[in-house]
Amino acid sequence: MNTAASRERILGRVRRALADVPHDELPEGHPVARDYLSTHGQHTPIESVDLLARNLTDYRALVHRSDEAGLPVLLSRLLAARGARRVVVPTGLPDRWLAEAPVDIVTDSASAALSPGELDAIDSVVTGCALAIAETGTVVLDAGPDQGRRSISLVPDHHLCVVRIADQVVDSVPQALLRLAPDRPLTWISGPSATSDIELDRVEGVHGPRTLEVILVAGDPRPTSAYPFDVRS
Amino acid sequence: MSSGRKGRHVGSATGPSDQADGGSLGRPHSATYLGMPAFPQAAAVSTRDSRLRSNLRHATHTIRAKRAQAVAELADWDRLRSAGAAIKDRTLRHLDHYLVQLEESVTRAGGRVHWAADAAEANRIVTELVRATGETEVVKVKSMTTQEIGLNEALERAGIHAYETDLAELIVQLGDDLPSHILVPAIHRNRGEIRDIFRDRMANWGRPAPEGLSDRSADLAEAARLHLREKFLRAKVGVSGANFMVAETGTLVIVESEGNGRMCLTLPETLISVVGIEKVVPTWRDLEVFLQTLPRSSTAERMNPYTSMWTGTTDGDGPRFFHLVLLDNGRTDTLADQVGRQALRCIRCSACLNVCPVYERAGGHAYGSPYPGPIGAILTPQLRGLASPLEESLPYASSLCGACFEVCPVAIDIPEVLVHLRERVVEGGVVTLRGTRTVIKPARRHRAERAMMRAARWTFDHPGALRHGQRLLSRTRGLLPGRLPGPGRAWTDTRELPDVPAESFRDWWARTRGDAT
Ligand code: SF4
Repeated sequence: MNTAASRERILGRVRRALADVPHDELPEGHPVARDYLSTHGQHTPIESVDLLARNLTDYRALVHRSDEAGLPVLLSRLLAARGARRVVVPTGLPDRWLAEAPVDIVTDSASAALSPGELDAIDSVVTGCALAIAETGTVVLDAGPDQGRRSISLVPDHHLCVVRIADQVVDSVPQALLRLAPDRPLTWISGPSATSDIELDRVEGVHGPRTLEVILVAGDPRPTSAYPFDVRS
Repeated sequence: MSSGRKGRHVGSATGPSDQADGGSLGRPHSATYLGMPAFPQAAAVSTRDSRLRSNLRHATHTIRAKRAQAVAELADWDRLRSAGAAIKDRTLRHLDHYLVQLEESVTRAGGRVHWAADAAEANRIVTELVRATGETEVVKVKSMTTQEIGLNEALERAGIHAYETDLAELIVQLGDDLPSHILVPAIHRNRGEIRDIFRDRMANWGRPAPEGLSDRSADLAEAARLHLREKFLRAKVGVSGANFMVAETGTLVIVESEGNGRMCLTLPETLISVVGIEKVVPTWRDLEVFLQTLPRSSTAERMNPYTSMWTGTTDGDGPRFFHLVLLDNGRTDTLADQVGRQALRCIRCSACLNVCPVYERAGGHAYGSPYPGPIGAILTPQLRGLASPLEESLPYASSLCGACFEVCPVAIDIPEVLVHLRERVVEGGVVTLRGTRTVIKPARRHRAERAMMRAARWTFDHPGALRHGQRLLSRTRGLLPGRLPGPGRAWTDTRELPDVPAESFRDWWARTRGDAT
C-alpha cells in the first residue's frame, strides 16, 4: 500500500461521505457568521497596557516597567538579582540593552547556532517580541531578529522579554492574528510554563523557562510601515 | 487501587538491549485499550474505587467552576461558539477541498504530506520515517491520535522507543497505565502514587528520580524536568499531533502548558505530526475563534501558557524535516453519517467530561478508548463501528442530561448523537465501515438489551448521575418525536410502552426496570 493510493482512497471516501452536500455548494457557501467581538471592551492605550500587565501577573509572569533610557539598568539589575552569568541573545537585540550588565553575552544566530546542550548551560535569555495581547496576557515571538531561533527562548530557565508598549500591544486575539505572519514560526507565551497534572495543583515551570519576566518599555514607536509581513532587520 | 487496570496491559515482547536493569518491573510501556470490557463492567470497577472517585470529583468540579468563570469573561461567548461550529461544519462539508489545499500549502512550505487510511498504515509510515533517520528513539508530545492508533506499541515492536514528555503522560507511561482524562490523563493518580512511580521507575527509562524525592507537586515536577531534559537535548526525532491545521497557509498549531511541546517541536531535526483529517480549518483567521474558545473551555485559562505555530520548515530554526501524516481511521465513516458527523467538530477541550455526571462516577478508563466521557461515547462507536459490546454499550453511558452540549465550544449536540447511535445499535441500519456502505443488523436482541440495560442501570443506580436528567424529555422529544429516548425501538416494540415521549426517563425507568431482567 502506498500513500498515494491511500490519498485517493481517503479523498474518495470523503466525497462519498458528503453525497448529501449540494453539488453546487462552494466551500465558502456554508455561512460563518463573524458577529463576535474584535475586542472585549474599549481601552485607551494606557488601559490596554495596564490590562496586559494585570493579565501577565495573573499568570505569574513578573512584570516591570521602564523607559528606553532606563532599560539597560533595569536589565542589568534583573540579571544580577537572578545571579545570571551567561546570557544568550539573538543577533538583532540592540547592543545597548545589555551594555550595563556584568554578564557573558553569547550571541546566537542561524550560522552560529548553539546546540541544545550549550543552551542548557546558559542562565538567561533576553529577547524582544513581535507583539503582546492585553486581553489574554500573552507575548508572541515570531523569530524576528530581536527574538532569534525558537530554542534560545525555550531551553534557558529564565526569559526576559521586552515589549515596546508604543507599537507592540494589541487588545485581542483577533487583532494579534491580523498582524502576525503565518509563515514565521510563532510562539505564544502566556506566563511561565506550568502544569496542573499533579492533583490539579498548579506548578510553575516544567520544561520551558520557569521564570518569565516581561519588561514594558515606554518610548516612541518605531517606524512600522513594513510591519508585519516583511522580515524586519 | 490499580487492580481494575492491572490485568489489561499487554507487555512488550522485546525489551531494549540497552536496558539491562529492567528487573521485574519490565520496561515501562504503554498499556492498551484492546479487549477492554464493556462500559458497565469497567465503570463498576472504577466506581468501587473511592480514591479515583474523589480525585475525579475534585478535579472535575474544580475545572468546571473555573471554566464557567473564564467563559463568563467573554460577552460574545455564544457567538464565538456558533462561529466555531460553523467553521467546523464548513470544513467538514468540503473536507476534500480543504485537505487538498492543506497538502499544497504544507508542501509549498517545505513539509511532506503522507496519507494513512487506517491505524496500521499510519504506524507503518511513522515507523519507516523514523527508521530512515537511523534513530531508535523519539520524543513525543501528548497526542490522542497517536494513542488511538497505538503508535508507541508499533514503534516498540520495531525497536524504536517512544518517550512521552507530557508530565501526565509520563506518569501514565512510567506507571504502565492508561490515560483517564483528555486534559489531565493522570487524574486518577495522587501525589503519593506519583512519587512512588517516579522513584521506582524513572531509572528504567533514563535519569533516576532524585534521592529522597518528596511528594510535593513542585518536587515531582522538578524530577520530571530533570528526567526528560536529557531526552529533549539529545532527541533527533519528535512526534506530535496537532490541535489545528490551517488549509490556507499550511500552519499547524499546538496548544500546551508545560513546554514539552515546544521542546519536541523545536529541538529535533525531524518532526513527524500525525493528525486526524478533521483537524483542518480553512483560514488563518479562523484561529481567532478557536484560540479564544479552546483555552477557556479546556484549562479555564484566558490563554494557555504556550501555543506553537509552524508552517513547514524554517531555515536555521527548528526541525529541518517535517512530515505530516493525515489520518482517516474511521473519520470518513463518521463523516458519512449526517447526524453523527458533528462529532468531528470536536476540538478536544474536555469540557464535556468535566460536567458529565456519568464520567465523574465512572472514570475515564471505563470508556475503553483514548476518548473518554461524552465525546468518547459518541466518537468511539463511530470511529470503530459498532464492533463489540463495548462500542454498543457506549451510547448508553449517559443520562442524556445535555450538560455536555451546553458547555461544548463547538456546539456538538452529544445527546442527539447518542440517541441516534442507540437507535443504530438496536435497529441496525446503514452505516459506512472502512469506506463501504454496509447494512448492519440490529444487535442480537438479547445482547443489545443486556448491554444497554447494564449501562442504563449503572447510570440509574448512581442517582447523582441522573441529577440533571430531567431535561432529557424536552430535548429528545424535539429530536425524535414519538420515539423512546432510551433503548430504542426494539425495546419499545417488545415492551409496548404507551406514549413514551411524554414520560420522563426516570419515571419510565422506575416503571420498567422490573421487566428488564
Ligand atoms: S465534544 Fe465539545 S466539549 Fe467535548 S471535548 Fe469535544 S469540543 Fe470539548
